[in-house]
Amino acid sequence: MGNVLNIVLQRLALGLLTLLIVSIVIFIAVNMLPGDFAELILGQGATPEAVKTIREDLGLDQSLISRYFGWLGGMLTGDLGTSFAQLNFQTNLGGDGGVTVVEQIAPRFANTMFLAMVTAAIAVPIAVIVGILAALYRNTVFDRVANIFTLSSISSPEFFMAYVLILFLAVLNPILPSLSNIYQGMEFSDRLVKSLLPALTLTLVVTAHMMRMTRAAIINLLASPYIEMARLKGMSPMRVIVKHALPNALAPIINVIALNLAYLITGVVVVEVVFVYPGIGQLFVDSVKIRDIPVVQACCLIFAAAYILLNLTADILSILSNPRLRHPK
Amino acid sequence: MSALFSIALWLGAIAVAAWLFRRLGQYASDNAPRFRDMSYGVAFGYVLGVAAIVWLALAYVASLSSDTAVANKFFFLGMAINGFLVFAAAAWVFRWLGRKIGTAGTRKLFRAMPLTASFGVLIILIYAIFSVFAGVIAPYGQDEILQGVAANIVPGGDPNLGGNPDFPLGTDQIGRDIMSRLIYGAQNTVGIAFATTLLAFFLGGSLGFLAAVVGGWTDQVLSRGVDVLMAIPSLIFALLLMTIASVWSSRLGIPLTVFMVLIIAVIDSTRVFRLARAVGQNIVVMDYIEAAKLRGEGMGYLVFREILPNATAPLLAEFGLRFCFVFLTIAALSFLGVGIQPPLADWGTMVRDSAAFINYAQFAPKAALTPLLAAGAIALLTVAVNFVVDWMLHRSSGLKE
Repeated sequence: MGNVLNIVLQRLALGLLTLLIVSIVIFIAVNMLPGDFAELILGQGATPEAVKTIREDLGLDQSLISRYFGWLGGMLTGDLGTSFAQLNFQTNLGGDGGVTVVEQIAPRFANTMFLAMVTAAIAVPIAVIVGILAALYRNTVFDRVANIFTLSSISSPEFFMAYVLILFLAVLNPILPSLSNIYQGMEFSDRLVKSLLPALTLTLVVTAHMMRMTRAAIINLLASPYIEMARLKGMSPMRVIVKHALPNALAPIINVIALNLAYLITGVVVVEVVFVYPGIGQLFVDSVKIRDIPVVQACCLIFAAAYILLNLTADILSILSNPRLRHPK
Repeated sequence: MSALFSIALWLGAIAVAAWLFRRLGQYASDNAPRFRDMSYGVAFGYVLGVAAIVWLALAYVASLSSDTAVANKFFFLGMAINGFLVFAAAAWVFRWLGRKIGTAGTRKLFRAMPLTASFGVLIILIYAIFSVFAGVIAPYGQDEILQGVAANIVPGGDPNLGGNPDFPLGTDQIGRDIMSRLIYGAQNTVGIAFATTLLAFFLGGSLGFLAAVVGGWTDQVLSRGVDVLMAIPSLIFALLLMTIASVWSSRLGIPLTVFMVLIIAVIDSTRVFRLARAVGQNIVVMDYIEAAKLRGEGMGYLVFREILPNATAPLLAEFGLRFCFVFLTIAALSFLGVGIQPPLADWGTMVRDSAAFINYAQFAPKAALTPLLAAGAIALLTVAVNFVVDWMLHRSSGLKE
């Protein structure tokens, strides 16, 4: 067991290192801006005195390295800086006032997590069940139809799926609301109904990947001798798959699920914009448009952290569930 | 709630029908093995499939109904079925023609081709023609604001419903012909995506081969750099860099689209690098590379004359998939408003600009055509490329699973 713990700790350390390097990349990217924040905030007609004041206020007169560590320290203690768009100079220079990035991001982060969880709750069971069925009835009409559907839904852009769903489920048959105006203190059921359409869109995108990989994982196993043995014993095909193939296929399937939840991160940005869902993705896109650098920087780091974390989880789970990986050479 | 209830009711009815179907089959066929050994799941699947086909047929009939309220409701379903049938027939005819015309090699290729693949090839050909000859095919210019014509003409060309026969797909908010913009979109969106993919392949491919040939520190530095770039989700990273690029582009006066091509090419070249390095490493250990090295050939000769010709097959399949990713990323960026910039006509931007019209679909279904056609054009091409790549991979791997 000690060996396993060592490997897991090693992976965790590696993940933290990756995150640190990614934060450096993001910081460098932002510092490739022409001029600096102070000029960007004030525009080109700013007086040198005003620029100087802002520079001192934001700490831009310090060196690049000390600024990086200042920013990193702020990130770790939950101080993500102040959004440009919310920056009210008079009050901000005087002391309090202005909405910090944390205050902007925190509620939206919760909303996005809610959306992701609803999606996962719908997508994972569907993907696993359809994947098993496709493996069971492979090369039949069912398998071909499923293959065409999944290939098409993988390759369509998220917004196409979103608008088709809006057309059929919100406009032509008014079953679900097409706008997800979620606010704080909403009832759970209300919230669920409002976020069902974006969750369904994301489900369509993610399920296809998961289902194809589940199918591939199970078909891979069906060639093993113990499956043939079980079949020769006279077990029913369903029983062979559920009792013999599935436990052994669990490792790759768990891996696939974690990887695809990481894939959700990209999808969430577009889907939130389509449905005006007040999540972190929408905030990110809005900030990109108005060049609100502190918010863009913070959102980017959060997305990257989530991505790395999910990949790390997939990695660790597959090591834990596969004895062969527990003893590296 | 009532919707959920009716779905449950229908599923229950199908479940009962499936049981009856198997029972009757056993009874009528005198317990033939086909029905005797049929599991309940299979019977359920058959009945579900038949029910779905019957429902589609009924919906198709309803879409032709004279009652406009009913016809409007099923308009898009009818259109989708029409499209599906037309494309399937076209793909079949195309494959049949391919089997009759051409050299022995191409005829053989078409004989073993599944219908999905011939559909893909046909669609790619059509898009290629439209993107090359957009200027000839399109009736108006892409940024031509038509004088003396009202803005926002409804698609359909029926004057009674606010259409104009001169503009079959209508005009947009500032009076540009939508059909011309859709056709020019093939040129801009597909062309830019193609150029970006080529650039990504040039960058990633040459660096990957370089890493494979030189090895050592160069390999380590390049590979770790690529690892770091791949740790950030690509759309997120692209959005971050586009923010910075937008400041530069207004400062330097270079169009934002140029920056977008460069940014996406660099981000996507990391994936190409991985593949090129892996393929290259397998080739580098071959004897003929050793011989070339002993002859004293330079790095350029080794990479472009010895390794590249032997790595074409896997790189070509990857090119198709990469193109899809790049195309979808560009479409997503344009949809979010930071991609291809006006006045260039582009499908992603068109979807964003006309998305609000979907809400009128209940009353005038043709009003919702513009965003759906533009988004559908994107989806159709990626689906087609995927079908072709799927078939190519299947052929080259010889997988029979």
